[in-house]
Amino acid sequence: MSETGKPINRIDGRLKVSGKATYSAEFNQPNMAYAFPVRATIAKGKIASIDDAAVKKEPGVLSVISHKNAFRLKPLDIQAQMKAGAAFLGENLPPLQSNIVHYPGQFIAVVVAESYEQARAAAYKLKVRYTVEKGATDLKTELLKSKKPKMFMGEEAQVNEGKAAASLASSTNRVDHTYSTPVEHHHPMEPHATVALWENSDQLTLYDATQGVGLTGTIAAYFFGLKPENVRVIAPFVGGGFGCKGLWLHTLLVAMAAKAAGRPVKLALTRQMMQTNVGHRAATIQRVALGTDANGKLSVMRHHTDSYNNLTEFFEPSGKQSLVLYEAPLREVTYNVAKLNRGTPTFMRAPGETPGTFALESAMDEMAYKLKIDPVEFRIKNHTTKDPMKGHEFSSEFLLDCYRIGAERFGWSSRNLEPRQKRNGKYLVGYGMATATYPAGRSASSVKVVMKSNGDVTLLTASIDIGTGTYTVLAQTASDALGVPVERIEVKIGDSALPPSPLAGGSQTTASIHPAALEACKLLRAQLAALATADPASKLNGRKPEDIGYADGKLFVTADPNKAESYTDILKRAKRNEMEACATTQPISGAGLTIPGALCTPREIPADQNSDIKQHAFHSFGAQFAEVWVDEDFGTIRVTRFTSVQDVGRIMNEKTARSQIIGGVIFGIGAALMEATEYDKRWGNAVVRTLADYHVPVHLDVPPIDVHFIGKPDPHISPIGARGIGEIGITGVSAAIANAVFNATGKRVRDLPLTPDKLL
Amino acid sequence: MRAFKFSKAADAGNAITLVSANTGARFLGGGTNLVDLMKEDVMHPTELVDITRLKYADIKKTGGGVQIGSTATNSYTANHETIRQEYPLLSMAILAGASAQIRNMATNGGNINQRTRCSYFYDVDMPCNKREPGSGCGALRGINRNHAILGWSEKCVAVFPSDMAVALTALGAVVNVEGAQQTKRSIPIGDYHRLPGDNPEKDNTLKQGEFITSIELPENDLADHSYYLKIRERSSYAFALVSVAAALSLNGSRISHVRIAMGGVAHKPWRASLAEKWLAGKDATEENFKAAAEAELKQARPLEHNKFKIALAKKAIIRALQGAMAGGAYGLHDKTDQG
Repeated sequence: MSETGKPINRIDGRLKVSGKATYSAEFNQPNMAYAFPVRATIAKGKIASIDDAAVKKEPGVLSVISHKNAFRLKPLDIQAQMKAGAAFLGENLPPLQSNIVHYPGQFIAVVVAESYEQARAAAYKLKVRYTVEKGATDLKTELLKSKKPKMFMGEEAQVNEGKAAASLASSTNRVDHTYSTPVEHHHPMEPHATVALWENSDQLTLYDATQGVGLTGTIAAYFFGLKPENVRVIAPFVGGGFGCKGLWLHTLLVAMAAKAAGRPVKLALTRQMMQTNVGHRAATIQRVALGTDANGKLSVMRHHTDSYNNLTEFFEPSGKQSLVLYEAPLREVTYNVAKLNRGTPTFMRAPGETPGTFALESAMDEMAYKLKIDPVEFRIKNHTTKDPMKGHEFSSEFLLDCYRIGAERFGWSSRNLEPRQKRNGKYLVGYGMATATYPAGRSASSVKVVMKSNGDVTLLTASIDIGTGTYTVLAQTASDALGVPVERIEVKIGDSALPPSPLAGGSQTTASIHPAALEACKLLRAQLAALATADPASKLNGRKPEDIGYADGKLFVTADPNKAESYTDILKRAKRNEMEACATTQPISGAGLTIPGALCTPREIPADQNSDIKQHAFHSFGAQFAEVWVDEDFGTIRVTRFTSVQDVGRIMNEKTARSQIIGGVIFGIGAALMEATEYDKRWGNAVVRTLADYHVPVHLDVPPIDVHFIGKPDPHISPIGARGIGEIGITGVSAAIANAVFNATGKRVRDLPLTPDKLL
Repeated sequence: MRAFKFSKAADAGNAITLVSANTGARFLGGGTNLVDLMKEDVMHPTELVDITRLKYADIKKTGGGVQIGSTATNSYTANHETIRQEYPLLSMAILAGASAQIRNMATNGGNINQRTRCSYFYDVDMPCNKREPGSGCGALRGINRNHAILGWSEKCVAVFPSDMAVALTALGAVVNVEGAQQTKRSIPIGDYHRLPGDNPEKDNTLKQGEFITSIELPENDLADHSYYLKIRERSSYAFALVSVAAALSLNGSRISHVRIAMGGVAHKPWRASLAEKWLAGKDATEENFKAAAEAELKQARPLEHNKFKIALAKKAIIRALQGAMAGGAYGLHDKTDQG
């Protein structure tokens, strides 16, 4: 029976629950010192002076680094960085290179001391004087000066600008509303931490909590002027990422500190720093207008987003799903982006779709109600089987099944079209649903497989397991591809010295590394078969490669399975201690992530094995169903059950996959009901600063979550057939909940999160 | 966190002597709030005197009620049989606060001495008269959704975060303290915490070096009809938007005694005296509960972002009284209850 798909436990689970999995901050080094950053207390301006005399008198202090004495990093040069694969910084601000302050909380100095406590205590004594300038701290004010970005991640940002108005005006039915979403923070369980270790002046090792070891190494090499191969980044375990563990400034800062101190240095961010220094999801103000004909068919969709950025070109792409979902002859998707003196926004779990599906799928619910059509029926009526912009077929798409199965599992048919019809004691009960979607991708990735003469197998790639189950599913793939039990397979990842892989982002890891793993195993089998068939002492001697099968650690003659020989016998007779093979996944053309490092060649999977983006549109889909109970006296909302049906291609491990969707739904419950970081516009500071104020769901907020997978392999994404699942689980969730609140109460809340004050 | 001197007190006298002698010294109980404040550099005591080993952890019956020790943990207190049976309001309130892990560490004395969670107080880069007198109140014209609607001053609009103290206020508790030279005082809970006035830096009326030995709970006839209702933004581990401790005794359908206190609305636990006065001797009807809530909240003054708290507080008073009528802990609880 196939291992792939089985709900096996994580092969690294025991290490994690027994505390033996080593995370970045735990890689203590001999003679290690500690760094604690000093942060700007103004939103905008210049550092007029820094006085470190008092700091230097504090016990244990080794070094105080500011823009006045910091190591000079290579300056920003986007073209040169692109060429070097080093363009992808969390924010374009090499640390401590100038006296300019761009946002409150920006790192402006770092104190290095013998202990963490000494570094932290001494850091308070740094005297900083500023020349304060008026900061851009209020989104609504700054939007007046906003820009219309031309591009987003290589795609046109403004689509059909101004073209929807006439069609909307002539539509039989129209909804047109403004939806807003707040700043959200990633807050993975493991705070960011880095240990930096220099050998000589040209070899740098970073133990870094990162979603991409190769990426981090390449960027660090660029700014320190090192050869990429002289920077090694190690992250065997990462305690969650959600998009905030790309390369942020503390990683460069600690390497600078280690250089200055001449010792290994550790820097671990505090929770408060994670609110300012490692990105966030920007707030959005979205206006969505839909028009239909008399039959309820969409004639036009318009989705405009107002948002902001700072120090990168990234902005929250919340119109993305509005270019993919539903059949509508015309759609307009546009953006205005202001600039704020606030920590830099970045990718956060389903960037774009998370706030975007809240707006679009709320609007769809509003239109369905206006038309007095069931919201599921309305979506089915407007379903598209093709990418509506490019006209390509979807590589694999079962969204209608998601609606149907979801509605059945949830018991949707008992929903009332009219709100306020269902009560349970003092609670109003409501049902809501929404469509989920997220793009799929496949990037270049190399995976090496090594088999020892005792039959043990090791898989090696520089990919990362941010908690998703990468270790486990790789072992499952190799188990099937070699006929070796999972227990005999070791997976080594999270080290930039291993064959290159993309960062763990964009829900691409599974689609990227598994085709290479599969091919590498196939190549290994072919090498073993070549040894055996050429060996007169083998039972397989003289057979053709196509006549050879494999199972249970053996090769055999397909037509005569008794003629078999174990891998170990083949290797031993050939006096080989081990044998290895490496293969590389071809990216989907035009859609792959940048891959740092040398891919293994020439053993690439032929490009024609998989279809490319010119022939197919690659997207995952799903349907989200929520039941809520609302206590109208208090405006409190309880999500009481949730059904999520996902069409994400083949499921690699039913257990880890389910966990991804459950996690996504919980993330969405947080976004719907409680998560928000607010800022004081007078100073630009966040007034939500810790996990005590930044509310994420507790156990009691999480209902039973029914997850169902369509499970049909995508024939075009890869020979494996699995698209990514890390992000789609959150999409549509907040809309499903807000729509359920409308069904319960008749109140339409268009501003997240749905805290009690908004329903009172 | 800055360097500080640390010692373990041998006995209460020793602890009081040490803390009285140094204005920078603080008692250290469970540390669940003080240590956080030190890590954020909001407080920087020069000396901590550990009192967790002192023998003030008993809960015992006295002639006129029950005495709970100041160093007993919140968890121990909430789960103590006498408290559960005779003061269920206190159990409910404690269990509505913080998380199980924090309650296992936090002491009763520390609970009523905890400091506001106003983020302007916590962020040392922001103005705050409580942290730094004279620097201004950041929240007054800032983000003040979670702030006071009653009893605030231009100097401070923070709210007191404890749930336990709200129940203690409704129960008319008395705080017993001991200071230098064995001077002892008994402070009614209503006089223990302060409104901010011109000195928001003072949370309460405790003097430097005074050590809480116990908290007295007078006997009452409220145990059968008491309820603690907490409205918050998630189901646990969140401070109250508004909370209400309600307890009453009945003579037929008529209210003979009623106690109401609110949390999340003021710089101290807010005894709803106007509502109590309105209800005394009246029938326990929803209509009367509503009128009582209106009477209490008439004096409320909202800030820019917290007008909703007035409506919420009124509804919460009504629901808490209904909960108390229904038999307290056994009346309103179901798996989806916010309380």
